[in-house]
Amino acid sequence: MSATATTTPETKARRLTVSSVLDRFGIGLALILLMIILAMLSPEYFLTEDNLNNVFRQSSVNAMLALGQFLVILTAGIDLSVGAIMALSMIMMALSSHELFKLYAAFYAQAAPTALPDPQSTTFMLVLTGVCIAIGLAIGLFVGLLNGWGTTKLRLPHPFIVTLGMMNIARGATDLISGGAPITGVPTPMRAFGAGVILLFKKPDGEWFVVPVALLVVIAFYFAFWVLLKHSKMGRHIYAVGGNIQAARYAGINVDRVLNWVYVLCGGTAAIAALLLAGRTNSGYPKAGVGAELDAIAAVIIGGASFFGGRGTVIGTFIGVLIMGFIRNGLNLLNVSVFWQEVAIGVIIIAAAFVDVLRRHAASRT
Amino acid sequence: MPADTTPIVEMRGIVKNFGPVRALRGVDLRLDRDEVLGLVGDNGAGKSTLMKVLTGVHQPDGGQIFFEGQQVRFESPHASRMNGIEMVYQDLALAGNLSVDNNIYLGREMTRGYLGGLIKFLDHKGMAREAVRLLERLRIDIRSVDYRVETLSGGQRQAVAIGRSAGFEAKVVIMDEPTAALAVKEVGKVLDLIHGLKDHDVAVILISHRLQDIFAVCDRIMVLRQGQVVGNTPKSQTSMDEIVALITGAQESAIREMWEAA
Repeated sequence: MSATATTTPETKARRLTVSSVLDRFGIGLALILLMIILAMLSPEYFLTEDNLNNVFRQSSVNAMLALGQFLVILTAGIDLSVGAIMALSMIMMALSSHELFKLYAAFYAQAAPTALPDPQSTTFMLVLTGVCIAIGLAIGLFVGLLNGWGTTKLRLPHPFIVTLGMMNIARGATDLISGGAPITGVPTPMRAFGAGVILLFKKPDGEWFVVPVALLVVIAFYFAFWVLLKHSKMGRHIYAVGGNIQAARYAGINVDRVLNWVYVLCGGTAAIAALLLAGRTNSGYPKAGVGAELDAIAAVIIGGASFFGGRGTVIGTFIGVLIMGFIRNGLNLLNVSVFWQEVAIGVIIIAAAFVDVLRRHAASRT
Repeated sequence: MPADTTPIVEMRGIVKNFGPVRALRGVDLRLDRDEVLGLVGDNGAGKSTLMKVLTGVHQPDGGQIFFEGQQVRFESPHASRMNGIEMVYQDLALAGNLSVDNNIYLGREMTRGYLGGLIKFLDHKGMAREAVRLLERLRIDIRSVDYRVETLSGGQRQAVAIGRSAGFEAKVVIMDEPTAALAVKEVGKVLDLIHGLKDHDVAVILISHRLQDIFAVCDRIMVLRQGQVVGNTPKSQTSMDEIVALITGAQESAIREMWEAA
């Protein structure tokens, strides 16, 4: 505070320093640097449309899990159950598609109603897909709500506990329901979400320029969550809860409601990840997503979110997912052992967390 | 507006017990409009309890509270805030990761409706503009409301916290040790700010252990000891020595010492 008369405060800080630029764009620069290095090391293949689409498709599951995980980490929480929620949701989508198909086929064979579509028809497949997605999504949201209640109603000491328990419960339930065996085959429209492409335009050589549907789904959800966090009251409150939970309470924010919503949304993104994975693998399998929660957490941290909560961006998380995807892909292209890939990811996680520590030091006066 | 002599807050015979502990034993408090009341007393004298009763954190076991002449019963801090009683907390209830204007509007964000009010988005520009006006009005010196609160000094943070509470139709602002965590050079600024609230028709109750702060800004000083009011005088009619004696119960203990010596 200056001793002189007050000056008019500005609505926007006009400060462009090296540290502020690095703070905002550092993670994006890191991604570009990584891509340049990989493009140089694998000039003939890395930047091809096929390879990039492959990375996007493979990263889409982690992208959805990381998006929900990001919300949770923003509130200084953690959700260890996303991989198991994804498996449960995936099994239920595959199982319900089989069971509902059988039920309807039996009913159709017996009653042969002329007003209703044939079980093999596209119309029925679309309806079936819609119903199964709704079932899978409902399961994801509901398990997420249970996680939220464990945190807000049971007052368990840290979300680590309730989500660790839920990880085991959901995984166990998945095995119980499936008998431990995969369920092969999902309706064709469902497969489109994981494996389909959209033909965007014809390139000069006559080939189509294609985009994976999974990538578009991911982008749509990332955009929606960006709007939520940046432009809604709920988003502002999520940041406040992560920044100073006591201050949020004093400000009259219903902290429990915010936390419940965050875990519900995280369960929902796990269900969308289940849809993408079921579509890509054309099945539901009970061992899906074992350890996926850790990849999601890694992507969030690499993306610049703070484990202490209150800091991080949707776009950063997306870049974190891409960095992980490109490193795995790039090292694959270079024939580097899978084991070294894990070492590389591990080093990057620690480096990203250290950058956050430095940033906090630089940002805060106290 | 004609001069209104009804006190903005009046508490009569407030009693509050915590189990066997008699925290407040029939306390009367009167706060006039445009008044800065200093509330002093030793630790455990009942200052914070009294304020928590006023803001609805605690419910009194006896006594009445009048706000603007009407008897009231605040069931929660939310209820008292809705009536215009704001509390600035000692531990600075601000979110360091959010900007100044975000903090000022935390929990009461301005929104704009779209699609006929179906969707509501934050009004970023509106909040920034209003926050700037608020800081100007209260002469709070911060270069930009876009700065994250964690980058501000302790005094600036306290100013934001006070501005936040005073800014929204507040009629009474209660401050619990607002200068305790500040560097010496920043104390004066915050005291000026407290004093300036009077010009904005805000009555203030100031709790502080720093008697020099109390004497610098308060119109009247009320002393609590062991849950009772032991002093309530205009600043002009008392002295720091007298207040210290009332806080510590020096006279009483002097008599006791004489008895014990005898």
